[in-house]
Amino acid sequence: MTFLQLDQLGKTFGDFRAVESLSLHVERGEFVSLLGPSGCGKTTTLQMVAGFVEPTRGRILLNGTDITATRPEKRGMGVVFQSYALFPHMTVADNIGFGLEMRGMPRAERLRRIEETIELVRLPGLGKRYPKELSGGQRQRVAVARALAVRPEVLLLDEPMSNLDAKLREDMHVELRGIQRHLGITTILVTHDQVEAMTMSDRIAVMHGGRIVQLATPYEAYERPDSAFASTFLGKTNVLRGTVEARNARCCEVRVGDALLHVPHEARDFAREVNVYVRPEKVRLAPADAGSGVAGTVRTRLFLGNHWLIEVDSALGPVRVSHPNIGPVPPAEGDAVAVQWHDDDLRILDTEAIHG
Amino acid sequence: MASASTAAVLPRSGSAPWLLSAPALLLFLGLLVIPLALTAVLSFHSFDGTRGVLPDLTGRNYLEVFSDPYYHEIFLRTAGLALAVTLLSVLFGVPETIILSRMKAPWRGIFLIVILGPLLVSVVVRTLGWAILMGNNGLINAALQALGLTDEPVRLLFTMTGVVIALTHVLMPFMVISVWASLQKLDPQVENAGQSFGASPFTVFRRVILPQILPGILSGGIIVFALAASAFATPAILGGRRLKVVATAAYDEFLSTLNWPLGASIAVLLLIANVIVIAGFNRYLERRYRQVFES
Repeated sequence: MTFLQLDQLGKTFGDFRAVESLSLHVERGEFVSLLGPSGCGKTTTLQMVAGFVEPTRGRILLNGTDITATRPEKRGMGVVFQSYALFPHMTVADNIGFGLEMRGMPRAERLRRIEETIELVRLPGLGKRYPKELSGGQRQRVAVARALAVRPEVLLLDEPMSNLDAKLREDMHVELRGIQRHLGITTILVTHDQVEAMTMSDRIAVMHGGRIVQLATPYEAYERPDSAFASTFLGKTNVLRGTVEARNARCCEVRVGDALLHVPHEARDFAREVNVYVRPEKVRLAPADAGSGVAGTVRTRLFLGNHWLIEVDSALGPVRVSHPNIGPVPPAEGDAVAVQWHDDDLRILDTEAIHG
Repeated sequence: MASASTAAVLPRSGSAPWLLSAPALLLFLGLLVIPLALTAVLSFHSFDGTRGVLPDLTGRNYLEVFSDPYYHEIFLRTAGLALAVTLLSVLFGVPETIILSRMKAPWRGIFLIVILGPLLVSVVVRTLGWAILMGNNGLINAALQALGLTDEPVRLLFTMTGVVIALTHVLMPFMVISVWASLQKLDPQVENAGQSFGASPFTVFRRVILPQILPGILSGGIIVFALAASAFATPAILGGRRLKVVATAAYDEFLSTLNWPLGASIAVLLLIANVIVIAGFNRYLERRYRQVFES
């Protein structure tokens, strides 16, 4: 059953259309990410759900009730802000208890809930501190605790990790996801970080130009992007421009340079000019004399710890290869190699889709 | 290596800092410290109507100020005036600043200039302007009577009300600037945060915004209070001869009675009272709002 429903939501600032007819159904307890670059309308969408921004069109329904015109203080949302927006003049405990106090919870119960929430986000003993006496990571936990303490109908996270360093961010992804599952809180996350969206979400809404261009599980969205934008924004990919020469029941034959690629078309129609996509981690390096694959030369080779990033100048154009750090060191710059892949790992999209 | 980098960070000893601040220090010494010290010394001399200032040392002037109800009234009036002006500038200045901070691009600058305007006009011109407005046949009374709000002209000129209005007008910018500075430090999202946790706009203001700008309001209050307590031109022109405040009383002793020592002791007492009020209040503030100040 749909718990939170955004129905053809739109927001215009002057001439600028920040969000265009956006519809989204979120199930109870589900974690949905709005993922996109800055200016794609994701934050505006979140602010409309929170009630800080009034939509110019469309409706927001929470549990069947229209809350489009409801004031933010009556919506019962819990928001974690990018800047955390903690109250600097209140202690950690008072910050966390603020929402409970506003809801008129009796003092004894409130103190118990504050203690419980402090435990939940693992900040024991810091209740009497002031925000400025905490580290960035601790402040972030307080912001999360403050939002969770009120047991919100919906938890809204506005780029909550963008002020944390990379290591801390990874830990928080796992932890926050754990807490969200544990409490079963319906959550919307706004982020431009695709790793964050993928690790935490049940579904990802990839946004571009004020619209949702793809709504799918992280695996689906990554493996079967249905637009050029989604395929390049979500992870890295190689784009090979080609022309469709033939088509059978399962595959298109696409000519890219001198080579003929067999790409599964998944029963979709394409124009003659197409782009073929292949993810760097799905490309393998083979010896130049292997007799299979496309021949090329290693242009750059970068060591990134868990893998090597290798760029090969091939007959198809430059191809990026993500080579796992297993076995011997891969060929050096200037070496002749061949690149191979499974035909099933190739994706095909119309060239005009590159703008949409 | 480590010691070299530590040395570089330490403030440089030697004559350079002193030389650099010497011009300012000399100015400060020559134009403030020495006259102030001379005034303090003068206040301990006695005065004779025929012989003028006598080079003795006595506490008689202070005794006179402390024992004469005439001076009590003047000091109390000044304190009341300063307090009233301070309260009014908080009452008007804080909402004004909040509205100002929410204005959009061209209007914000225009209204900021309007608010700071009084500071750009000569005190005499501005005060005479108020005198014209406040007179029995002035614009304010004409308007009040035309609207039927009053039958007789409201007395504003030569009353405390008039002085308070004019002083509040000119000192308001100091409150606005001070509150403005503390508003700028506010995270713009705390207001949304407050609302999202169920607080009404009024509660957000009372519980979230106000505590954070209170240091700004209070330090603005200190400035306004100090300037109002030592104001001279406005009470002199709008208050008239009978409605004396400490500054005008000291002026009269110097220039009318020519009793310089008594005038000096009044001036010194005003200074001491001002310092006590301001320093005491400041200490209280810093203790009370340590959390907000040190961010």
